[in-house]
Amino acid sequence: MGASEADVRAVLATVPDPEIPVLSVVDLGIVHRVAVRPDRIDVAILPTFVGCPALDVIRATIAERLEERFGRDVRVETTFEVPWTSDRITASGRKALREAGIAPPADPSDMHCPFCDSANVVMDSAFGPTQCRSLFYCRGCRQPFEALKSV
Amino acid sequence: MIATAPPVAGLDELLLAMADDEFVIGFSDSEWTGIAPMLEEDVAMSSLSQDELGHAAALYALLGGVTGQDPDAIAYDREPGAYRHARLLDQGRGDWAMTIARRYLYETADSVRLEALADTSWQPLADLVGKLRREERYHLMHVGAWLERLASNDGEARHRLVTALETLGPHAGTVFTPLESEGPLVEAGVLARPMAELEKDWRTRVTDTFEPLGLPLAPATSDPWLGRTEHGEAFRWLWGEFTSVRRSDPAATW
Repeated sequence: MGASEADVRAVLATVPDPEIPVLSVVDLGIVHRVAVRPDRIDVAILPTFVGCPALDVIRATIAERLEERFGRDVRVETTFEVPWTSDRITASGRKALREAGIAPPADPSDMHCPFCDSANVVMDSAFGPTQCRSLFYCRGCRQPFEALKSV
Repeated sequence: MIATAPPVAGLDELLLAMADDEFVIGFSDSEWTGIAPMLEEDVAMSSLSQDELGHAAALYALLGGVTGQDPDAIAYDREPGAYRHARLLDQGRGDWAMTIARRYLYETADSVRLEALADTSWQPLADLVGKLRREERYHLMHVGAWLERLASNDGEARHRLVTALETLGPHAGTVFTPLESEGPLVEAGVLARPMAELEKDWRTRVTDTFEPLGLPLAPATSDPWLGRTEHGEAFRWLWGEFTSVRRSDPAATW
């Protein structure tokens, strides 16, 4: 089956991040490079965190989906060529995060509660349930919430 | 990851020292999982350890690319005496104050070292260091806040912190143990400056924090050339722990 880079990216937009499934790998901004060759598709992704334990699952899912769709070999490599930064998350990704009750990355002084949008929030801990998340508490609606770390 | 640039003499020594540092502190700190003084710190220490072990894995992968070895084999298949982490990380987990003291001394030293590698001429390392520094920023924030918190207490917390710093102090400078191949590394632009100069910068920074808090400064390392080779009983125990699965089944995957 024929494949253009746009076709490949469209499939990647359906591959969820295993730790935050409301985000696709495209929304998360980890797709660095796509190269379509006659016999193979090469994808380079940027780890959000160096030791991210979800990377193997992401790599395997990308390869599986692209092989299934385009019927050719897929090679997925991780690279640090450019660092992933939290501002690579797309606008639709930020919206999806908020809807899922996770605050998108922001400077702690500009953090808003994903539930009530109050800015009256405090950081409980920079470290949360995954490497990429911090714990906050909203004094407005008295809810604890998680936020993606700003890196 | 493929190492494309021709290896510079001594690159393997530098990568091994850095990888072993991150590996050993990551494993030591992971011992707090489940038993940290409060839930947030249980989560934080687990997350920090995961970061450090991830950094170690990335550094072992770079090293494997240079030497042609399997990164897992480098991490797990050596005898205890072949590890090259700093002796600072060799003193056993100890209590919470000991952990904070060790993390503070190590993280500040590591950040000076990473700064000296930010513009390294070996591109794969430059790429990785750029990423590591973004994560280590959170580590410094975390341990800096704890250091001040323990130091500002008038009672047992401060006493334990001071005791821990006095125990670890003589070994603190071992992160900057001179590398045998330091000359070629500096000449090739891999490392910005010799370890002894980096150690001076680090001591200045630690002094700026410790003096106002009245904390004991680390004395000079007594045998600076042996800072990465003489590992004691506490490390042998840790080695037994972190290699136990590998030794029982070398082909195990998980």
